[in-house]
This record gives sequence, structure tokens and C-alpha cells, in this order.
Amino acid sequence: MIGNLPYVAVVIFIGLGIYTLMFKKNLIKIAIGVVLIENGVNLFLITLGYRKEAIAPIYTQAPSGQAMVLPTPQALTLTSIVIGIATTALILSVAMMIYKHYGTLDTDQVRRLKG
Amino acid sequence: MNLSNHIPILIIAIPLLAAFLVPLIGRINKKATGILTTLALSVSLILTIALAVKILTVGPQVYVFGATSPSLTLPSGLKFPIRIIFEVDAMSIFMGLITAIVSFLGAIYSLAFMKNDSGLEKYYSLLLLLTVGMFGMVFTGDMFNFFVFLEISSIASVALISFRGTDLGEPAEAGFKYMVVSSISALLVLFAVGIFYGQYDVLNIAAIASVMKYSQLDKIALGLLVPVLAMKAGAVPMHMWTPDAYSEAPAPITMILVVASQASLYALFRVVFSLYNISLNALTVGWIIIIFGLLSMFIGVTMAIIQKDIKRLMAYHAISQTGYMLLGVGVGLAVLANPAALQKYGITAMEGGIFHIMNHAMYKGLLFLTAGALFFSTGTRDLNKMGGLAHYMKYTTIFFIIGAAAIAGLPPFNGFASKLLIYESVYRFNPLLSIIAMVVSILTLASFVKVFHSAFLGPKLPQFKEVKEVPRSMIFAMAALSCIIIFFGLFPDLIVKNLVHPAVMSLIEQLQYTGTVLGGM
Repeated sequence: MIGNLPYVAVVIFIGLGIYTLMFKKNLIKIAIGVVLIENGVNLFLITLGYRKEAIAPIYTQAPSGQAMVLPTPQALTLTSIVIGIATTALILSVAMMIYKHYGTLDTDQVRRLKG
Repeated sequence: MNLSNHIPILIIAIPLLAAFLVPLIGRINKKATGILTTLALSVSLILTIALAVKILTVGPQVYVFGATSPSLTLPSGLKFPIRIIFEVDAMSIFMGLITAIVSFLGAIYSLAFMKNDSGLEKYYSLLLLLTVGMFGMVFTGDMFNFFVFLEISSIASVALISFRGTDLGEPAEAGFKYMVVSSISALLVLFAVGIFYGQYDVLNIAAIASVMKYSQLDKIALGLLVPVLAMKAGAVPMHMWTPDAYSEAPAPITMILVVASQASLYALFRVVFSLYNISLNALTVGWIIIIFGLLSMFIGVTMAIIQKDIKRLMAYHAISQTGYMLLGVGVGLAVLANPAALQKYGITAMEGGIFHIMNHAMYKGLLFLTAGALFFSTGTRDLNKMGGLAHYMKYTTIFFIIGAAAIAGLPPFNGFASKLLIYESVYRFNPLLSIIAMVVSILTLASFVKVFHSAFLGPKLPQFKEVKEVPRSMIFAMAALSCIIIFFGLFPDLIVKNLVHPAVMSLIEQLQYTGTVLGGM
């Protein structure tokens, strides 16, 4: 039923993320842009493992003959989500340190390093 | 149980274990943290050398996680590998040796350099994690595993770059830039991994390579992987994070960061040679890499000349030297489909490029350490405020001369050996490229003469009356790197024949790489 809809959502997520990174000037919004791309990639992975009318891949409890979704992409996505949390936390904490020293989150004013 | 089969995992497991022990030890004794780190990294260094000897005499080694035997890649008659595999061939161990040497010396240098900072247990813990990430990136034979190690090394390096961000604004700013760049590149690598998995249902590099069809999707994956890994390696035009991150990180970390960038460069070469090899349009991709290399060489060096901050200047030189590696290997890739040209000059060009990776890690590490020594003694990185330091810091001056002569490609230092290989072979491919490379080398020399003149020469300045030579552990790290530079410069044949040539051949011969895992299918 859903067809290629998840892939369209992936494109929208990643597109919005790249737009945010390129055109927004607030450090927190840049962090949001990174998270958007991450969600897009996670959705892409999970969609790859989708099979029509399949059940959760628990081998011992599956009725025989029933198709199961692929377990590997789910394991990949889980790992990627955990890594994503670490990345997001680190970006936000660095943004906090920047705010403490510069008193602003505007990228035009956080520009002591140049040339 | 034969322990020698487990060396690849022990190289990673020992620093990883130490990384989590260090904060605990730090509760009892702050001094012990640095010593524990150095010990763990010295064990890794010894094991890496042992593994290198084994690989260069016996052949590539595999390590399969969770299998009954570490070499069991295809259990119970499966046609494709399902477990995570470390595949260590001559090229991986070449990068592994660089990582081991540089991280060990970085830890020794930190003993004195960081002794006045607080939070040392966190510093050493992150340093060990960064090393683990780099070892993992160069040893792994699995695309997803590569992504995980890439993220480990980026997260650790961001925390280390902004280590002094609690007191100063600039390190935090540099850390933010690097974090955004590395998370985007890691996510796009993951997207490419997803594309491969969707098509071939495997994640193992060798298994993907053996079924590679070079379809439209594979081209998209290549188009994602090449620029993203070049960005992590700091190639122009995606270099904006490099000078900030390199100049704001503490000096020993900068030295290790150079190698972390080169681990991404290794991944780029692994993707083009081992994953795609002959199936891609070698001439086009080769030229793309050559153009990245040319831009990096030229823009890097021209930006370096105008810098006043000594570490920022050296960071731009790091970009410029990355260009040489891309140029050498790019020429090798461009003639990959043409066996006659490959034999005539392609292999030599790649030997030059790959040899330059190791040389660059050594002399650029030495130069960053001397810059750190100047900062340690004078408290400034501004070249206009320095002067006459040769009167006070004799050893540092000698080490700086060795490093500067090596980066400018003067004989008998190691930079000359690899640059000569690149000039000779690239000239036969396209004379113009070789001439640009030589001009860049001359500009490099000019820029380092300027640094030498403004920092070390001149009369004694009154504000530096109290300046003393740096402590012994810093001298030791710099002296060790200088010895390696001179040794490589005096006996380049020995290194090229025994280390570099096998590394180049393991990149070019894709069947050897896939055959190690798939058993000659």
C-alpha cells in the first residue's frame, strides 16, 4: 500500500536537513539540521529491510512459512541511533560552550577563527 | 588457544580497556593516568610491529568476531561472510604502524605538555578512544563497522579539539565546525552503506567487491563516498575545518589528528581500489582525485604563506601535503586500466603517494610538536611576537630544522625520497602536474624559512628571558620522530621495498583482497 512513500520521506528529511545547514544561522538550528539528516538515513535503512506482510524477525516464535522483515538493517539502525544521540549531545554541549564565551549563537558573530 | 591469531583484536582491545580504566585510576592518582596510557599504547605498538612482521612474511590476516576460529570466514558452507571481519593486509598494517607510532609518541609528549591542565583523566581516556577509532578504521573489513569506528574517532577528536573550550572560545568554535563536518560525512557514508546493503545484502567489503556490478546505484554510492572521505581527509575545497581544528587542538592531539585525517584518506583509497577497482571508470575518477590533489597542494600552500599563527600556518601546510598523496595515488588510479602504463610509472606514482603518507605523519607530527614546544615555553602562537628563541631552546631549534627540511623535500630527509618518486613518475603521466608539485615544494620551503627566521633567529628578546628548554618527555618524543625522519631519508629503498611496495600491490590487486575472505571463489 505504501509503495515508495518512505523513500520520498527520506528525500524530504535529508533535503530539509541540508537546507537547514546551508541557510540557517543559529547553532541550535544547525544541530537540528544534522539530526534531520540522521533521521532520514535511519528511515532509509529501516525501509530497506521492509517486506510486505512480514512479521518481526524473531525466529523461534514465527509461524512456519511466514515471511520476516530483515533483521540486519534494524540492528544497523539501532547502532546508528545510539551513535546519533552521542553526536547530538556533543554538538549541543559545544554550542553551550560557544554561547558562554561569545554570548551569542549567531554564526555571523562566532567568527574569531578565519583566514 | 594460539594467541598470535588474536593480535588484530588485541591491538584494539588493550587501548579500549585502558580508556575505561583511566578515569577509575584517575580517582586514586592523577599522575598514574598518563603512565597507564603510555603503557597501553606501547603494548599496542609492539603488537602492531609483531603483526606487521607476520603479514609481510605470511600474507594478509583475517580476524572473525565470534567465530569458533579467528580465520573461519565462511562458517558451515555459507557463500558470503555474515560476521564482522577485520581484514589486515599490507596497506592496513602500513597505516596501523603510523597510528601506533604517532599515538604512542603523542601520549609521551602529553605527559609534560598537559601537566598543568585539569581533567587529565578525561584527556587520556579520549586520546585512547581516538587511537582505537583510528586502528579500527584501518583494520576493519566491514563497511558498517567502518562507519562505527569513524564515529568513535570523530567524537573523541571533537572532545579533544574543544578540550580547552571551557576557558577559551576558539577551541569550542573549532570543535563545533569539526563536529558538524564529521557527522555529515559519517551519515553520508552510512547512506552509501545502505545503498550497498539494499543491492547486495552484504556489508563485508570483500563480499561487496566480488559481486560489484557498477550499476547506477553504485555510481551514486561512489559519488557520496569520494567527496565525503576527501572532506574528512581535509582536501580543498572541503578544507574549511582543517586549519581551525588543527590550530586549536593541543599540540600532541594535532599530531594524532593528522593521522586520523589520513585514516580517512586510507578509506578513500580502499573504496576506489579494493571496492570498485577496475569496474569504475578509472580515468575519470583518477582525474577527479588528481584535481582534488592539485587544488589542495596549491591553495594550501598559498594560504599558508600569509598566516601569522604558527600552528595555523602548519595546518595549511598539512592540507598542501595531503595534495601530494592524492596526486600520486590519483595518477596510479588514472592508469589502472592500462597495464603497460601502470607498470611503467603508475606503481611508482602510487609508491610515492603512499610513502608520503608515512613521511608526512612523521615530519608534520614533529613540526606540530615543535610548535607546541614554542607555545609551552613562550605562551604564544603568534609569529610576530616570537624571536631569538634559538638562544634558549637549542634542541627544539634542531628538531624544527629537521622537520622543515623534510617537509620542503630537501635531501637527505624523508620528504625528499617520496617527493622524488612522485615527481619522476607524474612527469611521465603529465609534465604540468609535476611542475606544479615542484613549485608548491619551493613555496613550502619559502614559508618555513619565514617561520624559522621570525621564531628562532634574531637577538635575545627581553620578554623571553625566563624561557627554558622544554621537559625531557617532550624532547624524547621529538627526538624519536627526528630519528625516524633521518632513517627514512637515508634508507628509502629499504622502506619502499619492504613496506610501501606490498601496500601498493595490496591496493592494486583486488582479487587478493577479496580472496582472503572468500577463499578464492
